[in-house]
Amino acid sequence: MIEEQPIIVITPETLVEKVQEMQKQGHRLVQIGATPLKDIIEVNYSFDKDGQFQSLRVQVPGTGAILPSVSAVYWCAFIYENELHDLFGIDVQGIAVDFKGKFYKTAVRFPFAPKTPEDKPAAAASK
Amino acid sequence: MSRTIVPFGPQHPVLPEPIHLDLVVEDEKVVEAIPSIGFIHRGLEKLVEVKEFQEFVYVAERVCGICSFIHGQTYCQAIEEIMNIPVPPRAKYLRTIWGEMSRIHSHLLWLGLMADAFGFESLFMHSWRIRELLLDIIEATAGGRVIFGSCKVGGVRRDIDAETMKTVLARIDEIEKQMREITKVFINDSSVKSRLVGVGVLSRDDAYSLGCVGPMLRASGVAQDTRHLGYAAFDEIKVKPVTHNDGDSYARCVVRCQELFQAVDIIREAAAKIPDGEIAVKVTGNPNGEFSARTEQPRGEVIYYVKANGTKNLQRFRVRTPTFANIPAMVKTLQGCDLADVPVLVLTIDPCISCTER
Repeated sequence: MIEEQPIIVITPETLVEKVQEMQKQGHRLVQIGATPLKDIIEVNYSFDKDGQFQSLRVQVPGTGAILPSVSAVYWCAFIYENELHDLFGIDVQGIAVDFKGKFYKTAVRFPFAPKTPEDKPAAAASK
Repeated sequence: MSRTIVPFGPQHPVLPEPIHLDLVVEDEKVVEAIPSIGFIHRGLEKLVEVKEFQEFVYVAERVCGICSFIHGQTYCQAIEEIMNIPVPPRAKYLRTIWGEMSRIHSHLLWLGLMADAFGFESLFMHSWRIRELLLDIIEATAGGRVIFGSCKVGGVRRDIDAETMKTVLARIDEIEKQMREITKVFINDSSVKSRLVGVGVLSRDDAYSLGCVGPMLRASGVAQDTRHLGYAAFDEIKVKPVTHNDGDSYARCVVRCQELFQAVDIIREAAAKIPDGEIAVKVTGNPNGEFSARTEQPRGEVIYYVKANGTKNLQRFRVRTPTFANIPAMVKTLQGCDLADVPVLVLTIDPCISCTER
């Protein structure tokens, strides 16, 4: 392995507090990314300081998930948080620059969200 | 004063690819810029569900047509880390050489686009003429001018023999001479300076807190370069980040000019040190685990997050491209600028919408 990449699992309730701690310690927000699993979504908040890479991980339900925005701590988070909404259907509340679902223009609503049996592509549903 | 919204893009002469900005202006001053992307979002990340992990290198290379090689390389590195695959040293050096060729090719492309944006047509043509010479080398060594198709999980597909390497180095010498001529103009010409100096200043603290990467970050005085992590042959070839302290569009131009010659030096050093031996190892089994691979693209740090569960198809593949990370900084630098400076400021981050719309 070139580098260790610790992952700290936290809860949505402590997310903003933990991100604030990272910011106070001088970490750079590298990315926020989501991984849809069977019926949950893992959201990784990755940071870097002096080349050391680490992530905070939050697990939310696959549908109807709500997360607080961290854009008051890292303003640049708005771009990732709009992506979390538009591609995964996560309702991120309090985004500094909220595009309200218009950041990505996708043919299918929430295309990367975990699929449920009743899901149908938007194009098929509209017929 | 009343405010007006001026739409910029998605089709605009300085934009090779579509991005849209709503520019809120008071008279000729931009007070707010609201970006909008997603016009050509391709959903490539979703393809991991149907492509096997070894096939997916081809998809990763097609995330971007400019820094295609490093996209493929970063994807391979993520898989190799998870599977603990010992990549042969010769393959690591070949990856380094092709990666730095990509950097030269990308920076020359940007310099040409920037010259075109500020109306210096002959400088634009010379930048792209020199870039063609480099593309010829890439074609001779990799087989393709833009999509290399040379990286694979476990190593590389092609070798560069000693005779070809000599020819490559001789051509690189010639390209370096010609780059010296054009970069003199970019760095010293008064008309270039009048369009770039003091435009879009980004302080060191802002560049860091906004999550900037690559030349955008280094031009604001932050000495950060992912090559320090020692991937490929960078554990043996040391790179000193090229920085500038002014944080304006001129500083970003100077950093890219200097990085051209840094890349030439790296290619020479890699060619001198490249060991003999195999160029790939056989890969058996399927990946199981997760890893975030990081490399330094011409535009800055790229992140490839891969999560696998022991099957041929990955659970998740995510790429955070440098342009995506630099968009918040672009929005910040546009606030308060003159409307006439918007094209320069949009180009100054070296936007790659193809990457962003992966």
